[in-house]
Amino acid sequence: MWTRRLLFILPLAIFLIAGAFFLWGLDPERDPSAIPSALIDRPAPEFALSPIEGTEGPGLSTADLASEGVTLVNFFASWCLPCRAEHPLLVRLSQEDGVRIVGINYKDKPEEARKWLEELGDPYARIGADQDGRAAIEWGVTGVPETFIVDAQGRIRYRHIGPIHPNQLENEIQPRLQALRQ
Amino acid sequence: MIPEIGHFALLLALVVACVQGSLPMLGAAWNRPSWMAVGQPAALAQMFCVLVSFLALTQAYVVSDFTVLNVVENSHSAKPMLYKVTGVWGNHEGSLLLWVLILTVFGAAVAAFGANLPPTLKARVLSVQAWISIGFLSFCIFTSNPFERVFPPPPDGSDLNPLLQDPGLAFHPPMLYLGYVGFSIAFSFAVAALIEGRVDAAWARWVRPWTLAAWSFLTAGIALGSWWAYYELGWGGWWFWDPVENVSFMPWLLGTALLHSAVVVEKRDALKVWTILLAILTFSLSLLGTFIVRSGLLTSVHAFAVDPERGLYVLALLAIAIGGSLTLFAWRAPALKAGGLFAPISREGGLVLNNLLLATATATVLIGTLYPLFLEALSGERVSVGPPFFNLTFGPLMVPLVALMAVGPLLSWKRADLAGVLGRLKFAFLGSVIVTGAVWAFSYGGPVLAPLAMGLGAWLLLGTLSEWADRVKLFRAPLSESLSRARGLPRAAYGMSLAHAGLAICIFGIVGSTAWKVEEVLVMRPGDSVTVAGYDYRFEGVQGQEGPNYQANRARFMVTRDGQAVAVLEPEKRFYPVTDMPTTEAAIHTTGFADLYAVIGDPAPVSAEDGAKGRGWTVRIYYEPLVSWIWFGSLVMMLGGFLSLSDRRLRVGAPRRRVKAPALAQPAE
Repeated sequence: MWTRRLLFILPLAIFLIAGAFFLWGLDPERDPSAIPSALIDRPAPEFALSPIEGTEGPGLSTADLASEGVTLVNFFASWCLPCRAEHPLLVRLSQEDGVRIVGINYKDKPEEARKWLEELGDPYARIGADQDGRAAIEWGVTGVPETFIVDAQGRIRYRHIGPIHPNQLENEIQPRLQALRQ
Repeated sequence: MIPEIGHFALLLALVVACVQGSLPMLGAAWNRPSWMAVGQPAALAQMFCVLVSFLALTQAYVVSDFTVLNVVENSHSAKPMLYKVTGVWGNHEGSLLLWVLILTVFGAAVAAFGANLPPTLKARVLSVQAWISIGFLSFCIFTSNPFERVFPPPPDGSDLNPLLQDPGLAFHPPMLYLGYVGFSIAFSFAVAALIEGRVDAAWARWVRPWTLAAWSFLTAGIALGSWWAYYELGWGGWWFWDPVENVSFMPWLLGTALLHSAVVVEKRDALKVWTILLAILTFSLSLLGTFIVRSGLLTSVHAFAVDPERGLYVLALLAIAIGGSLTLFAWRAPALKAGGLFAPISREGGLVLNNLLLATATATVLIGTLYPLFLEALSGERVSVGPPFFNLTFGPLMVPLVALMAVGPLLSWKRADLAGVLGRLKFAFLGSVIVTGAVWAFSYGGPVLAPLAMGLGAWLLLGTLSEWADRVKLFRAPLSESLSRARGLPRAAYGMSLAHAGLAICIFGIVGSTAWKVEEVLVMRPGDSVTVAGYDYRFEGVQGQEGPNYQANRARFMVTRDGQAVAVLEPEKRFYPVTDMPTTEAAIHTTGFADLYAVIGDPAPVSAEDGAKGRGWTVRIYYEPLVSWIWFGSLVMMLGGFLSLSDRRLRVGAPRRRVKAPALAQPAE
């Protein structure tokens, strides 16, 4: 008789155990989709890129990152539509807020990259042309656009995947830039 | 003004639900007919209030009223009208309102069509239904109010997730909810029966049509979702064992079991406790689905409304609804009287086996879905359980189930003659052997199991046909007699045959598209050609396009076969600037036996060859044999469900048909 009773209680018991796990899973600190970046708080990877062909710019290498304080490193390409969407934000950020932004032009044709910068404005203090995508591999970039914050010591402090949305600029990126500048 | 009316109607619905949840239940306990009678008008009033509320929100979307926060966050004035309307349920708050609306529509339907239910049972069912309403209405009002205003109103909205701006997905949620929420009726009936302490054949007869309706809608909802994944995600796949797909699939599996076990209760008064448990669990899994989608508990493509606080609220609801009903089950179910006995080889025995297999399959999917959470809680390790697990565990469970499906309908109640039944399936067996051999010969060198799986599908299809032929005595009696028998068969019998045949068609599609899919990923430049599975694709280039609320790159492929033009495929890659999201629009041409499927990706990295021909593009081309049969089969299954639902026997209040002189075979479902 007791075993029969227990059988009827079994579904409830299973549910209670599962419920305990659900409760644990709701912890607001827990983010199941977060991909921990191995690069956070580590020095930026070694790379040295020449400028976009046909421009006067100085090119970009690891040493340039730490030379002038906190820097935003932005991977972009002229063929990438989301880059076009985030570009005005970057222009504003460099002109109005005086943030130092450097660009890495990912797998792009020089003439198209030049045309794009002429058309949309050039927010970048320096640009390196990553024709073969080697630098992107060093940085662990999954796609363009992608943006990193590098502090004055040349360490990566933050990584943003995908285009920067105005909300994210305000809530995620600017507070970090300010904190690092102080 | 109108949003306030909507908000007020929602509050009013909550008040009505509280009345409906208490008075009829108490009236049934204390035997006060006037209290019990409150249930019916209350259920109708509740539905009316929620309908007003839903229409108010819809109005805000249609006129793009950007003083309503929900509209701002999920709509845009440039969005096509269809997606303005479907945007109502393309977000957490609005979809919750739709959920509640459907819940109250089902409640009102029980009130309106349940004239011949015993008054106490009806009162209790409506009260239990109202308890569910109270839970979800309060959830909606207190944590997810869709009518919240915003001041000052922004000039324009932030647009709906572009992946949802699609006709397939526009109607996927309503269908899915009709299924999910439809199972609430079976749940309410089960809880009411436990409170009442009585389950009999009549109870099963009342529960079955609701379960059948919910099952048919859920079939359609899942099929629409998978169809959308197929053409919108651009990977040529139609099922990814994603947690959110799984949580819609589990109620379907268990609902299928419920559908079959309720037959046993109705015909033979057996399996009562099990059926009650199934009714509770099926709806519990629907609630679990709602919880997982809205809490961000697991990662999924449907990450919407990821808000732990809301998650906590749904978890509390879950604890009350599932915990409460299972406690009631543990307390009251042992007292239910066991019913008719039967031999292992019998219709009942077959249905028990069906239930065991379906329940095991559900458990497998449940474990696979929740395992990452369990493991992370216990060890902190992050894993994801993917298709290999499900294919290895779920697949083998389906083989005996499908093999049995052809045999089951031929078994007689109580005790069956297995040898005789198998004898009647000899043509089906022969046919499936021929199909296996033919497929093996045609696809020589392909996957070894595929011909066997196709043979299994053929076994089910031919077995279902033989059962029908057997009933109408096709070729064994004069054609005129067969015809009159065919006319005399109850619609429920045709419904069963259609649903089983639909599954067989599905199986052909699943096997065909899994085993013989051809996939080609390459970089093409304008003028390049590639041959995939006998079709030649000539890439004509990419052009920029401007849509109403997006920019797009549209590619053009001329498809020919042996020099004959077959189709022009124009896949697109779209970018929606307001939400910053790209989408892939695959181009699909179906021949009925296979789909030609093309997707355009990103431009390829620069290379030396670009100068001569122009920029290269990453292109994916798929050849998907029989894939459209999956959705055609689902459609047939759904039609089977509705046909069975239209059977006179299930039509509540319909006059009983006079029994004809030669009694027909026992209708099976």
